[in-house]
Amino acid sequence: MQIYLPIAEISVNMYTLLGLGGIVGLLSGLFGVGGGFLITPLLFFIGIPPAVAVATGANQVVASSVSAVLAQLKRKAVDIPMGLVLLVGGILGSAGGIWVFNLLTRLGQIDLAVQLCYVVFLGSIGLLMLQEAVRTMRRQKKSGGARKKRNQHTWAHNLPFKFKFRASGLYISVIPPLIVGVFVGVLAAIMGVGGGFIMVPAMIYLLNMPTKVVIGTSLFQILFVSAFTTFMHAITNQTVDVMLALLLIVGGVVGAQIGSRLGARLKAEQLRILLALLVILVAVKLGTDLIIQPRDIYSIAAGGHQ
Amino acid sequence: MMRTLIRPLRLALLLALAPVFAPAQETVSPKPQHPAEQIVAGLSRDNIGITTSFDGSQILIYGAIKREAPEPASDNLAVIVTLEGPLGPLTIRRKSRELGIWVNTASVGVASAPSYYAVATSGPLENILDPRVDVQQRISIPLAMRAFSGPVQVADTKPFTEAMVRIRERQGLYKLETGGVRLVDNTLFRADFELPANLIEGAYKTRIFLLRDGQLVDRYQAAIEVRKVGLERWLYALAHQHSALYGLLALALAVVAGWAAAAVFRFVR
Repeated sequence: MQIYLPIAEISVNMYTLLGLGGIVGLLSGLFGVGGGFLITPLLFFIGIPPAVAVATGANQVVASSVSAVLAQLKRKAVDIPMGLVLLVGGILGSAGGIWVFNLLTRLGQIDLAVQLCYVVFLGSIGLLMLQEAVRTMRRQKKSGGARKKRNQHTWAHNLPFKFKFRASGLYISVIPPLIVGVFVGVLAAIMGVGGGFIMVPAMIYLLNMPTKVVIGTSLFQILFVSAFTTFMHAITNQTVDVMLALLLIVGGVVGAQIGSRLGARLKAEQLRILLALLVILVAVKLGTDLIIQPRDIYSIAAGGHQ
Repeated sequence: MMRTLIRPLRLALLLALAPVFAPAQETVSPKPQHPAEQIVAGLSRDNIGITTSFDGSQILIYGAIKREAPEPASDNLAVIVTLEGPLGPLTIRRKSRELGIWVNTASVGVASAPSYYAVATSGPLENILDPRVDVQQRISIPLAMRAFSGPVQVADTKPFTEAMVRIRERQGLYKLETGGVRLVDNTLFRADFELPANLIEGAYKTRIFLLRDGQLVDRYQAAIEVRKVGLERWLYALAHQHSALYGLLALALAVVAGWAAAAVFRFVR
């Protein structure tokens, strides 16, 4: 059944959108990523204008993370103080990122910047995660589940403004999580994603947070940062399409619930390997698009010159 | 609210009456001095409503050639019908390979080009249209683009404008339909247009040209209003006139849907 989207100004198949939302929701619940890194390129692919895809993708991420955050809160898997620190950084970063986004759009280099960001960040993080997860699995097989020592003393422990993050079992400065938040916020705005795929590894490897609170806490931050992004896009560019969002959401919330249930049953290492493979796949696809000659080297964009 | 209810009704009424009261629009264009042959034309509809289930549309443009005197001896009579969407600026960019990856390196700005442009003819353009008339009336597709905007920084703009036409043709937004006008007994003509689903709101201009031996005999012009209606209209207006409210609505919708789904799943278990 075809449906005309009022803001995107295009007619698309309703079931395509429901299915797309469902798949992305499933991943969101499973891995604790917003799913934006998949939904935005998929929306481009079905012909939604990029500006609308980015803004509406953010709105869909709000809905799928609300249901997932609620599920995580019930399992007490959210470190709220840590989430708030990440959120402050995220909003600052997002505001800066929107400025960079508009600048690159005017210069006609936004597509390239977005693709390069995807390739570089998704690619390196995917490989890092895959390597780490495989190593942990091997070690567990050999020594019957040796635990990694978590109370390592690093440079981060000498920074001021220390705070006790009870749920994470950490006593660290607020500066590292704040920096992680800013960095994720900038990337989120430029790439049109929630940023979970950057934040989840950053929390595990840089902040040494235990895996059980990582997913819940990152979803908590993603929820509020994408709400902020959606609202900013709605008031500055009028590019949020609620009709499109609603269809993605209906598919997405169902998928997120299933994913969250499924995630509780799988082992953390298996989850990490699956996420790593998915992330690498997207990076490789976008990387080859940059290298092989496009079908048409010309492109047109609505709007004035420079 | 009443307005939004009345509109579809009025539209339906118009549609029902359209074939009976044929010419919905008056000719606005200046005509050549006392043409021996005149166009009398009508549209199957002068108003297209974009509803939620909108999936493209059809427009029938039809008419007859009115003559005060017997038909001239020359037999080279032709009719061209054009349909043109709202104009807007755009930028055409070209990629080139830099350090192994494809990057946008050159661009040309176009001040004004139609979002949609279709040309239907009764025969091959080169046989029925004098190039001078084409330039004067801007009939063929390459002439639909108006002017460049800003300083032109590339040596040759031709590949850029050709690319624009090529891309829009691929998207079904620009098209030339040779033989798309059916001319019966050099008197009656009709042209059918298929409008795509990715239609933009605004006034669509239709022009009919009557040509003999490549020269313009008469022209006719009318407008078709394409507008979002009902829910589509309401959402679009809200997004543009009350952006903050619309943004909050979008967020509320997302939060409620997310929460409701969680509640439903909890209940189901």
